[in-house]
Amino acid sequence: MNTLLFLLQKEYRQIFRNPTLLRMILAIPVIQLTILPLAADFEIKNINVAIVDYDRSTYSRDLVHKIESSGYFVLVDYNGDPKASFGYLESDEADVIIEIPEGFERNLVRENHEELFLSINAINGTKANVGGGYLSQVIQDFNQEIRADWVFRKPNKRSAIAEMVTINRFNPLLNYQFFMVPGILAILVTMIGAYMCALNIVKEKEVGTIEQINVTPVKKHLFILGKLIPFWTIGVFVFSIGLFLVARLVYGIIPVGNVLLLYAYLSLYLIAVLGVGLLVSTYSQTQQQAMSLAFFFMMIFILMSGLFTPIEGMPAWAKFITQLNPVTYFIEVMRMVVMKGSSFEHISRHFAIMLGFAIFFNSWAVWNYRKTS
Amino acid sequence: MKQLFIFIKKEFKHVFRDQKTLLLLFGLPIAQILLFGFALTNEIKDSRIVVADYAGDGASQQLIERFRQNDSFVLEQSLLGADDIDEVFKQGIVKLAVVFPEQFEKSLIHEGKAQVQLIADATDPNTATTLTNYAQAIMRDFQVSYLGTASNLQIEVVTRNFYNPELRGTTNFVPGVMALVLLLVCVLMTSVSIVREKELGTMEILLVSPFNPLMVILAKAVPYLILSIINLTVILLLSVFLLDMPINGSIPLLFAVSTLLIMTALSLGLLISNSTNSQQEAMLISLMGMLLPTMMFTGFIFPIENMPVPLQVLSNIIPSKWYYIIVKDVMIKGLGFAAIWKETLILFGMTLFLLVVSIRKFKTRLA
Amino acid sequence: MTGEVAISTDKLTKRFGDFVAANEITFDVKKGEIFGFLGANGAGKTTAMRMLCGLSIPSSGQATVAGFDVYRQTEEIKKNIGYMSQKFSLYEDLTVWENIRFFAGIYGVPRSEIAPRAKEKLRQLGLYHQRNQLVASLPLGWKQKLSFSVAVFHQPEIVFLDEPTGGVDPVTRRQFWDLIYEASDQGITIFVTTHYMDEAEYCHRISMMVDGYIKALDTPTALKQNYGAESMDEVFFELARGAQRKGD
Repeated sequence: MNTLLFLLQKEYRQIFRNPTLLRMILAIPVIQLTILPLAADFEIKNINVAIVDYDRSTYSRDLVHKIESSGYFVLVDYNGDPKASFGYLESDEADVIIEIPEGFERNLVRENHEELFLSINAINGTKANVGGGYLSQVIQDFNQEIRADWVFRKPNKRSAIAEMVTINRFNPLLNYQFFMVPGILAILVTMIGAYMCALNIVKEKEVGTIEQINVTPVKKHLFILGKLIPFWTIGVFVFSIGLFLVARLVYGIIPVGNVLLLYAYLSLYLIAVLGVGLLVSTYSQTQQQAMSLAFFFMMIFILMSGLFTPIEGMPAWAKFITQLNPVTYFIEVMRMVVMKGSSFEHISRHFAIMLGFAIFFNSWAVWNYRKTS
Repeated sequence: MKQLFIFIKKEFKHVFRDQKTLLLLFGLPIAQILLFGFALTNEIKDSRIVVADYAGDGASQQLIERFRQNDSFVLEQSLLGADDIDEVFKQGIVKLAVVFPEQFEKSLIHEGKAQVQLIADATDPNTATTLTNYAQAIMRDFQVSYLGTASNLQIEVVTRNFYNPELRGTTNFVPGVMALVLLLVCVLMTSVSIVREKELGTMEILLVSPFNPLMVILAKAVPYLILSIINLTVILLLSVFLLDMPINGSIPLLFAVSTLLIMTALSLGLLISNSTNSQQEAMLISLMGMLLPTMMFTGFIFPIENMPVPLQVLSNIIPSKWYYIIVKDVMIKGLGFAAIWKETLILFGMTLFLLVVSIRKFKTRLA
Repeated sequence: MTGEVAISTDKLTKRFGDFVAANEITFDVKKGEIFGFLGANGAGKTTAMRMLCGLSIPSSGQATVAGFDVYRQTEEIKKNIGYMSQKFSLYEDLTVWENIRFFAGIYGVPRSEIAPRAKEKLRQLGLYHQRNQLVASLPLGWKQKLSFSVAVFHQPEIVFLDEPTGGVDPVTRRQFWDLIYEASDQGITIFVTTHYMDEAEYCHRISMMVDGYIKALDTPTALKQNYGAESMDEVFFELARGAQRKGD
């Protein structure tokens, strides 16, 4: 116990003696958490549309008006030269070109059927899909309207409208930031913890001080505990600033669920993640190696955590990888507790798995840390 | 010149002797291409939904059957109340509930109107919107067939998707991965390897040698330049042969602009190494400081035009954003230099600026 | 000198792949002795020393340090020795005082004893006024002396010094050896590697390592006699002439 206190005292002294590093550890997460969620927005709006109207009828003008007033689209060109319109697609000035053929209204009324042509810039498949979807919906609505109008004029026809009413729970305004802030905070805390911890031990290796420790009777697990606890407190501190200052003041996010539950999970998670950092350090001789390893795994952890893209869409093998990724569980818990107010019963599985990770990584790290070669 | 060669050889040896660095240099791009190519997508398949059918009549059965046949959904039927649904959402597995009220068909026929409730877990707004859109589409189809009004005044939308007819995510991601990997890996490697020499004191030895200090820096940069070009080749080969990506434009042009981005990255790495004193600081800046912003401001995950204006302005200082635009134009749209000269000029300007600033810093340090 | 054995090795060997860094080394070091371990760079001195300190497990052979086995009881050994490595390895970003406190603490020196003893030690070294300076700011010679004080602060039975005086001026080296004698007078066994031949003369007994083997082991006087040499330098040249390994 005494030994551990000496180890801790030394670690904290070293951390506080390097103000540049300390400032970076605090500033980088705060700045990023403040800015990045604002940038993360999948909601597709401001889709640039160029319309080539060969018909110029009441219907075609109504349709253009409907598209314009839907709020998703910006009309960049109406009735310009058809060739120029395609040029807009090439230069990214337009995302969609709508072509309304000549005789649109006439054919629709007489033949009950007419085509409409969309040319979409589909490099971004998602955007094309969603944008095209919105446009189809607007066109469908328009179709319904004129149909209803038509039916109204022929009162014999029966009408029956089945509609869906959507209720969005937990985030009624579909605010994407509410979803991203907990996720990004989770990633930032992870990076700080894992990198700093991995680099710190390797630095002792590189400078040679670790040999002086290895020749003392200090127990391996005490030495590792001495490294773990300081970075654990830094992680908790950074997390608290993120949650209570940035998330609350900048984004107005107040956790719906129990904050203590969140901290309980954070505590366990940090132990697991620091274990990964320790593990990386035991396999590295230089800081450059540790950084390379940590960067490699961090990148995969981030991509496979469901932070940016939903896990549901992944193939089975990829889903399996996400199950082996501690970050996945933390992001899930963050979002569940902060946004939905999930309680311990809902996330008990997450607790059990994280406990497993924590034990696994730390035992591996202690086992692989050699005082003797 | 011969001395420069010796230095470059030494740097290559450093890199190749270290498997972990090689893992990062070559493993990362390969892993990213594989993940983005095969695992990461915004599409949603097999999403588990709960259906609560209080009607149990012909119309609701028909509609449920349509849900069942849709690839996006995996159905689970149970009669849940609103509170129960929240409870299910809190466990985080089910993301959507469809509730049919009693007498659904009756109201539809007699009153000409009936409602189905869609209750979505909107924690992830993107998933929620996508799922409700899918459900709405099913509803529209149902209505058209149920009422038999399909033939009335039907506007049929004919869509042509340019550049990416199958709407694959990879077309968008591959240029993004190229930008991300080339920029981050180069910045990280150069900044750290130079600061490392400072930290270990070997930099002083090099600086007192009769060698021009700028040559020392150049020798540090050349191996990473070469490795990055190899890297780029690997990424391109993988995307063409594994992901069936097209290269519609000029390959030499693609390599030329990529080399320019690598130079930008090397200059940035140089600047970071000249502004920090320890590997830890250099890594914090080039990793923690750059990883997420580069991912987000390049524009391949989140569209830049969606961001608030100040952030759109901010995104202009991220070199990979410009490179991403260039790669999309050249590789996918098959455009020539005329289409990308502006972006190229910006990258060139950035490189020059970074180089001048870092050489200034380097010189004052020596003086 | 009591005649009790502090370190005893029997055919101690360390291989790294095909390379035999230390080949069947056999010797005894008596309690309280100053035992010099000489050899050119790359002769295997550091390897041998690291095995005795429990930092490296031998490939074959036997050895005990302070009565403990180097295979099974490395942690017991570590409680009874002090070690000063070739590379300066105290914490540069801690002060003189903090370094002493830290190492004393993890060696289990009782809290109440640390401060008075550290004070006395620093006064003795003439470092008391610098006690709140960062170690990074000290000149090399002082760092070495501080390192030594840290290595013997917990009063170990044996202290291992790996080229402790590398790179320091002759005056400081002289002072350093005064510290060694002082420790020896307190009954601490000293095991020291060096390649300064004048320092060899200060040792009670020395062994000469060439290419992983111990080529000679005796008192300095006896060695000079045996080889008919005027100084240890000559003895060393005589022995090292046939060396295969080049120093690095």
